[in-house]
Amino acid sequence: MSSVPSAALSSRPAASSRAGDIRLSVEQASFAYSAGENAAPVFTLEATTFQARQREIVAVLGRNASGKSTLLKLIAGVLEPLSGRVQLDGFETSRLEARIRAQRIAMVQQESQLLYPMRAWEFVLQGRHPYQRGLRFETTADIAIAQNALRQVGAADLSDRLLQEISGGEKQRVILARALAQQPLLLLLDEPTLHLDIGAQVDLLHGLRQLADANRYTVIVVTHELNLAAEFADQVVLLHGGKCLRVGSPAAVLQKDLLEHVFEAPLEVETGPMGRPRITIRGQEPLP
Amino acid sequence: MRPLTVERLLWTCALLAAILFVVVVIALKLGAVPVSLYGLGKDLIRVALHRSSELSSDYRFIVFDLRLPRIILGILVGASLSVAGASFQALLRNPLADPYVLGVSSGAAVGAIVALIVAPHLPVGASIAALLTPFGAFLGAAATIAAVYFLGQREGQIDSGTLLLAGIISASFLSALITGLMATISSSSYRGMAFWLMGDLSTPLPPSLRWVFGAGFLLAAGAIYTTASDLNLLLAGEREAMHLGVEVTRVKLVVYACASILTGLAVSVSGSIGYVGLLVPHVMRLLFGSDYRLLLPTAALGGAIAVVVADTLARTVVAPTELPVGAMTAMAGAPLFIYLLRRRAA
Repeated sequence: MSSVPSAALSSRPAASSRAGDIRLSVEQASFAYSAGENAAPVFTLEATTFQARQREIVAVLGRNASGKSTLLKLIAGVLEPLSGRVQLDGFETSRLEARIRAQRIAMVQQESQLLYPMRAWEFVLQGRHPYQRGLRFETTADIAIAQNALRQVGAADLSDRLLQEISGGEKQRVILARALAQQPLLLLLDEPTLHLDIGAQVDLLHGLRQLADANRYTVIVVTHELNLAAEFADQVVLLHGGKCLRVGSPAAVLQKDLLEHVFEAPLEVETGPMGRPRITIRGQEPLP
Repeated sequence: MRPLTVERLLWTCALLAAILFVVVVIALKLGAVPVSLYGLGKDLIRVALHRSSELSSDYRFIVFDLRLPRIILGILVGASLSVAGASFQALLRNPLADPYVLGVSSGAAVGAIVALIVAPHLPVGASIAALLTPFGAFLGAAATIAAVYFLGQREGQIDSGTLLLAGIISASFLSALITGLMATISSSSYRGMAFWLMGDLSTPLPPSLRWVFGAGFLLAAGAIYTTASDLNLLLAGEREAMHLGVEVTRVKLVVYACASILTGLAVSVSGSIGYVGLLVPHVMRLLFGSDYRLLLPTAALGGAIAVVVADTLARTVVAPTELPVGAMTAMAGAPLFIYLLRRRAA
């Protein structure tokens, strides 16, 4: 991990001095899942508040069933908050028309199942769907945007390959390219590093950092990788049992006591050379 | 990158339309009574020039009053079943979905038979009563696909194996219902049990229904076609489609209703012809890829070709006796179904 901070990382301005207004505003947003209309809720996400600007990467951390995916769905606008608001540039995301929402918000999910063989370029062109009308024949502009998206994620050479035949890391890049082809303001990623080896994980986050800077995306990434979040995120949102425990810079949120409480594991937190925290597992004392 | 262009769509359809035309000419020629290709060509030109009075009366009766209406019926039924099959495959995310396999055809047959039984007791004119059969078939088809859809779910998710099983069980239950209903009505004016269970094209379309069938097919298939590019995304899953800007609920409702209409129309005039909706879209996918903007029109034309060919074989292989066309399609379709099922399991 120590080799990660690179020119692109160190040359960018600090989060606090970044220009631009708040792009995403999550205000006291909550949600409750229940089995039936009058049944008691099975799971509740309590009021959560944070803001994100353009070029910012926000990492959402927490254990399984802590409410991470629910928060992501609220931001994506596919769930309507029970109370509070989720606004993107002043518009409530859950009230946007589906097409408009897909022009502004792109979601990268864990691998989709494909029923029929499909080439990478076909998959990436799907990202142009929200911009097309009628029978939606792709224009030369759509093709150029899709090619550019593949180039931006370093997957131009995968264009003609079948998705069924490429590696997990390569597929993740193609999925990301489809999201870029949507030309969104907000890029949401649901555990994008799952099933990736450490090299591919670092590549992906590094790429996201550069994309956020180059394309002015606001990036929200749900992840289990504490160290990747610590290294690449501008803000961290820590959820636990449906509650938002803390929001802030990685150094402010990733603290030993808090993490040990949330993850119920013996952890050590050190500060790296860039002032970013590093989390390691405290080994058990050998038995006498 | 080579995305689908309008030119490629039109050329592909033109090629299939040309094949369909050749198939139709051959189907007009073949049959228990031989007709020479030369004479047929001359007669077709005479009809095209509005000089049909010059036709010899025997030819005219056999070719233009018996064979041609049957071929046109085959074209409409084949296109309807094939488009319905391709639609159900996208809706249920299952390449094995087909109106016959899912029991939708049997549901439509039950609806049609119930309409036939009830219609004489209703205070409506004959022309309205004739419309009740396709309408009953549509209701039967829609109710069956709704039932199969809900029975095919496991923990809120469509499960491929459960869905097929639900369809097959529904089909068997509804077939029993058809047998029961047919036993209770003795009138010889009703088409026989074999018609509703197996399907054939020997009964010509009543003139009052020709326009209903033609317009219904164009409207329903056209409505499905407007959602073609949404269906491409629905194949990847509803959540993904939603994130890419598809109004999932609206698209599903349109396709569900229109595919039921197509099945209902086809079954009400030809009984349950099986496996067309499975076989044809599968072959078209192999030939032209799985883009629904190209798949839907090629499936329509391919379905027309397949049913006309199957019906011509059904008329000629054991001539002068005729086989039901449903027997021909099942002989080709059932082995393909097994093959696809086993390949998926592997």
